[in-house]
Amino acid sequence: MLNSAAIPANEKQSNACYHCGEDCGTVPIKLDGKIFCCSGCKTVFEILSQSNACDYYKYEEHPGLKAGNPEVGSRYAYLDNDEIRQELLEFSEDGVSKVKLFIPAIHCSSCIWLLENLQRLNNGVMHSSVNFVKKEVIITFRDTELTLRQLVELLVAINYIPQLTLDSLQKGAKRKINYGIYYRLGVAGFCFGNIMLFSFPAYLSVNDSVENLLRQNFGLLNILFGIPVAFYSGSVFITSAYKGLKKRFVSIDVPIAIGILVLFFRSAYEIISGTGPGFMDSLAGLVFFLSIGRWYQDKTYQALSFERDYRSYFPVAVTLISEKGEESIIPIRNLKTGMRMLVRNQELVPADALLVKGDGSIDYSFVSGESSPVSKKSGDRVFAGGRQVGASIELIVEKEVAQSHLTELWNQDMTGGEKLTRWDSILDVISRYFTVMILLLSTVSGIFWWYYNPSMTFLVVTAILIVACPCALAMTYPFSLGGAMRVFGRNSFYLKRTGVVEALSKIDTIVFDKTGTITRNDGLGADFSTLESSDEQLHLISSLVRHSTHPASVAIYRQLQGFDALPVSGFSEVPAKGIEGLVNGHQLKIGSEEFITALKLNSSPGSRVFVSCDGKILGCIGISNQYREGMKEVLSELANRYELHLLSGDNDGELPYLLSFFPSRDHLNFNKSPKAKLEYIRNLKASGKRVLMIGDGLNDAGALRESDCGISIADDIYHFSPACDAILESGQFRNLPRFLDFSRTSMRIVFLSMGLSFLYNVVGLSFAITGNLSPVVSAILMPLSSVTIVAFVTVSVLISARFSQFEAK
Amino acid sequence: MSVILVLVAFSVLLAGGFLAAFFWSVRNGQYDDTYSASVRILFDDDLPVEKTQTETTPASLMNEQSPNQ
Repeated sequence: MLNSAAIPANEKQSNACYHCGEDCGTVPIKLDGKIFCCSGCKTVFEILSQSNACDYYKYEEHPGLKAGNPEVGSRYAYLDNDEIRQELLEFSEDGVSKVKLFIPAIHCSSCIWLLENLQRLNNGVMHSSVNFVKKEVIITFRDTELTLRQLVELLVAINYIPQLTLDSLQKGAKRKINYGIYYRLGVAGFCFGNIMLFSFPAYLSVNDSVENLLRQNFGLLNILFGIPVAFYSGSVFITSAYKGLKKRFVSIDVPIAIGILVLFFRSAYEIISGTGPGFMDSLAGLVFFLSIGRWYQDKTYQALSFERDYRSYFPVAVTLISEKGEESIIPIRNLKTGMRMLVRNQELVPADALLVKGDGSIDYSFVSGESSPVSKKSGDRVFAGGRQVGASIELIVEKEVAQSHLTELWNQDMTGGEKLTRWDSILDVISRYFTVMILLLSTVSGIFWWYYNPSMTFLVVTAILIVACPCALAMTYPFSLGGAMRVFGRNSFYLKRTGVVEALSKIDTIVFDKTGTITRNDGLGADFSTLESSDEQLHLISSLVRHSTHPASVAIYRQLQGFDALPVSGFSEVPAKGIEGLVNGHQLKIGSEEFITALKLNSSPGSRVFVSCDGKILGCIGISNQYREGMKEVLSELANRYELHLLSGDNDGELPYLLSFFPSRDHLNFNKSPKAKLEYIRNLKASGKRVLMIGDGLNDAGALRESDCGISIADDIYHFSPACDAILESGQFRNLPRFLDFSRTSMRIVFLSMGLSFLYNVVGLSFAITGNLSPVVSAILMPLSSVTIVAFVTVSVLISARFSQFEAK
Repeated sequence: MSVILVLVAFSVLLAGGFLAAFFWSVRNGQYDDTYSASVRILFDDDLPVEKTQTETTPASLMNEQSPNQ
């Protein structure tokens, strides 16, 4: 890891940016003999080298992330607002403040080093410590020397951008870590060890007075240690069984709870009455192993959130502007009807409002699924959640944030009818039969022994209940699916719970959202096949579209890379029409058909852009969504096994193309509102389908929640994604069929190991029914079954992961 | 032989002490982030290649402020 000598040697051969490791292209920026891909990366390096913090580059090779545009401007001016600052700070006293910031960019040991050495960059920082798992940094600083805004801007300058959204203000709602499982595990392990020691004399067959004395005292000690095991560590199983029974639901915890209670009371009775040594060691072992299973199952991805709502999408503050043009910043919560606000390029419209100044071009792709921005004129109404693309606009608030269209949509989804219950887990089904079987078996053998040898009845019945305690069975599920979940996690597919693996294995219908799910989020594609132009004209086009932020311009510009920019004079952008300007002596116009030809012909909106040069029409450039890499393969592979549907909020412009991937026209749905999406899923479920929904935006939130399993797809998994069961990193989209396959493989492993654990139960029961279950047999059988099951399951999951060519390590 | 009972009492007390230590470490948040600590221990106080501009402070501790700016 600290192999610093190897770095320069590599550097010479590769064209990798010293900071972020990305390819530097043909003209890298050079500084100090190092090369950088962009000015952003260079700036970060400069800051670090000035502050003597270049060790950053020694712990990892290319530790940074591409910095891109380092401009901050007044973006963080709201952090100077007292109210906002007080809410963000953990505490502030006597000039010392402490703040906890969520920084998704934390990813390696260099990050930890740099963020814990922030005092090198600024003397105002007193101490900082990183929580890598949660991707948080806690910074204590002297606010007389360094304001919160300066601190955040410092972090932004070194490209560790803290995520500040409305829900970072919700202090009370912050997740509290539940340490209960650790305590219960600790107590169970502690008692397990001691009880095993104190049970030792019970297994000696020597019979003298000293042995008896030890046996009695140690027996009492065992009861003492048994109490916390059964009623503290084991309480989760007992209460969960009780809660289930109250709802007339027999979970796997019922036979476990019966087992725990019977074990404890029979052992206590045996020890006190002096009739036997009791099964306290089995009890402690059982609870200890089960607690390990719980702990393994409950482990989650702490830095990810599967329960986000609109609050984590909205910014913290909003800029108000007076009629005279004076700007002020207030917390978004204080935004009231009638206020006049300023929304800059790439900023979010936080509340339903009326546009009063400027030309709006609002990108609603995240909220409604429409792929092209909607243009708004002065006097138009703008709904919350859209992102302004272009120059600043001024709006007058019509509704407060909590009552906006977007938030209502969210709340409506929350209460939009009772969700149909999901199917029972295989574990629940089995445990239901299992419990009935065991109760039946113990009754029958109880009756048999009552007539045959009444003194044995109590022993046999309790022995059956003890040995039937499905410890191994209860371990199969968390360990095999927990293992599968970890395999998924290492391949950038993050599940909320282990149960999601089972849900994935059972689905038969997949519903896709279009915008952002099967299409890429990072812009549109441009097709030049319908344009007749020379290279020189392409050069002119490239120079002109550089000046526009409209997605179509951005797409064209990206496609035409490699030209250096020519000066443009007289540039003008007519919203919703097009752009024009004088480039190198040529009058160039690019825009809609109407804009260029002054004729209104039937062309679907946004799909074609016309170009004219010096009054002569050159043709048009096709603008279309870019589909994700491997979309074709993924869809055709999935079509073999699943029924595929498309559910889009966008128009049906690309219907002909998509038709080839989906089985029938009826499965392709366009112009669907979020509510309609939810209804669609509900109808599919009502017709007996088991539905997997894959979406990305706020408009899919209802559908994701309604489906049997909802996967949210995201370019950056730490940024906003709607509430869901699993988050898939968009780069892994092509692996979707393999993930689904692997979920089925994991379930097969569950079945196999369940069969194995039944075998153990049969062996144990044969001892119990015949009245031969001694504490020794129980003490051997119980841990043996658990350990072998866990070993079998873990190894099988790893081997099958290797077989599916997943990264399993 | 009753000395064994005394010893048992001691051993239980000792083990209880370790249990208490475990509880304390959990509550103290030592299991919250098991990754950073494993990396942090490998950081040198100052890698020798770089020389501080003004005066070389050989072993600058974590909390100490470096005298630049």
